[in-house]
Amino acid sequence: MSDLRDLYQEVILDHSKNPRNFRKSETANRTAVGYNPLCGDKMTLFITVENGIVTDASFQGSGCAISTASASMMTESLKGKSEEEADELFRQFQNMVTAPMDQEPDTEALGKLRVFAGVREFPARVKCASLAWHTLEAAIHGESEEPVSTE
Amino acid sequence: MTTSQIIKENQTGSFDVEIVRKDFPLLKRMVHGKPLVYLDNAATSQKPLSVIEAIERYYSEENANIHRGVHWLSERATEAYEDSRARIARYINAAKPQEVIFTRGTTESINLVAFSWGWKNLRDGDEVLISAMEHHSNIVPWQMICAKTGAKLRVIPVSDNGDILLDEYRNLLNPKTRIVAVTHVSNVLGTVNPIAEMVQWAHDNGSLFLLDGAQSIPHMDVNVRDLDCDFFAFSGHKLFGPTGIGVLYGKFALLEEMDPYQGGGDMIRSVTFEKTIYNSVPHKFEAGTPHIAGGIGLGEAIVYLEKLNRHAAEIHETNLLHYGESLLRHIPGVRIIGNAKEKAGAISFLMDGVHPHDIGTILDQEGIAIRTGHHCCQPLMERFGIPATARASLAFYNSREDLDALAEALGKVRDIFHY
Ligand SMILES: Cc1ncc(COP(=O)(O)O)c(C=O)c1O
Repeated sequence: MSDLRDLYQEVILDHSKNPRNFRKSETANRTAVGYNPLCGDKMTLFITVENGIVTDASFQGSGCAISTASASMMTESLKGKSEEEADELFRQFQNMVTAPMDQEPDTEALGKLRVFAGVREFPARVKCASLAWHTLEAAIHGESEEPVSTE
Repeated sequence: MTTSQIIKENQTGSFDVEIVRKDFPLLKRMVHGKPLVYLDNAATSQKPLSVIEAIERYYSEENANIHRGVHWLSERATEAYEDSRARIARYINAAKPQEVIFTRGTTESINLVAFSWGWKNLRDGDEVLISAMEHHSNIVPWQMICAKTGAKLRVIPVSDNGDILLDEYRNLLNPKTRIVAVTHVSNVLGTVNPIAEMVQWAHDNGSLFLLDGAQSIPHMDVNVRDLDCDFFAFSGHKLFGPTGIGVLYGKFALLEEMDPYQGGGDMIRSVTFEKTIYNSVPHKFEAGTPHIAGGIGLGEAIVYLEKLNRHAAEIHETNLLHYGESLLRHIPGVRIIGNAKEKAGAISFLMDGVHPHDIGTILDQEGIAIRTGHHCCQPLMERFGIPATARASLAFYNSREDLDALAEALGKVRDIFHY
């Protein structure tokens, strides 16, 4: 049986109640809006990239504990990363939360973000955890004006 | 004790939820190692064994296409399908079976009216009046046909309690209002709207009235002729029948005037490349091979409901609703969304500091199925300034124990979130 404590770890609860980098950014040169129509989660992500390096990341919006904590911890982990490193984080994060239970995905680069590994046992919540990351991908690479949707 | 109390007690006495539950095989199952507590009936209801068996019997003994073959099986299938239509017509007190059109569900029923009736009758500057508590399926089809015809969509506001503002309704009705399309019971707020009165006003104004019955007919007897609505839409799957089948009731004279919605087989009388003569009502609106098993299954669901003591079931459900609401009100931090004068079926709520989606996940681990989200009512969520709610929704087979389990699990939610 999946354990709720794997999902709602203390770190995750802490970030959901006190999200870090929860603000608008005036300097951001990459922004994107992420939307999960199923739960009504909505976030705007602000990324500042200078010379290929993320120098600031912040977000605003409303969402469940998982999506808020995921966005909060993502913004913390992005600072100082190159765009390529950010892409690699996205890839590893996505793998970690979607890999079949009998596989051990590569989470090398993820560090603290590994607390989200428990999401894998809750398929209905994978979208919540990955909303911020899909929004990040859109902010870095996207041309589209449409909000990113995890549906 | 007054006579009405005695009647009430007797009828409640003849409704034993533990016996009724045995008719629904799915209610016996376990989820995450716990007995299932099914409180998502507004999304879809569970099916009694008799419905499941009727569908199986149809496929194993009677399967054939209908209205087409001269062979025995086809006649048998046609008869079963048409018997269902007649039974449904009696159940809602339609004037005749032809007033019952089989569709895929409420959504298709409303689309049928919007596109068939709307396309023919709506003109530039006309108005379609809906309410702020409509399901997307009673908003979007009207927006689509308004965009094509130049008609305008107007919206009756609701109060903070979740009641339709009747004075505003009266003010919005005007000579340009061609049709009013409103839900009987809100799938989010549980509000029971004062439909008989609203229909009367619409008719006094020369407007038609479409009633979305998706959430009313599972909880109360619906008499379309008493209500005098012009159209009534509902879904089989919310009424203890199969998915993929639903009904549009329409007054016969209106249906006769309307053009077909889709073209194809069964909806024609004769076809040449020059001219097609349409079949009569209701077949004119039922192009192609329908969901025969679904129609038969829905008929069987109605047989089941007819055997039930409906009045007692309704009292049982109303008591459950009040019981559930009072349990939730006693949990610190829980707020009920929707406190209308009259309610049925649904209890929407929020919990301080916990997003509905997280409530849903934690309850699921306890074997409790509720729905969280916007419930296909985004404009209503906006009206209340919330992104989502958690919603427990009832059927007559729910028990007080189900609601006790809900309240207890909400305590666990608070524990996990340290509130
Ligand atoms: C009030 C209301 N109207 C319409 C619908 C649409 O029903 P269906 O999806 O079965 O077509 C629903 C279902 O959720 C509903 O609650």
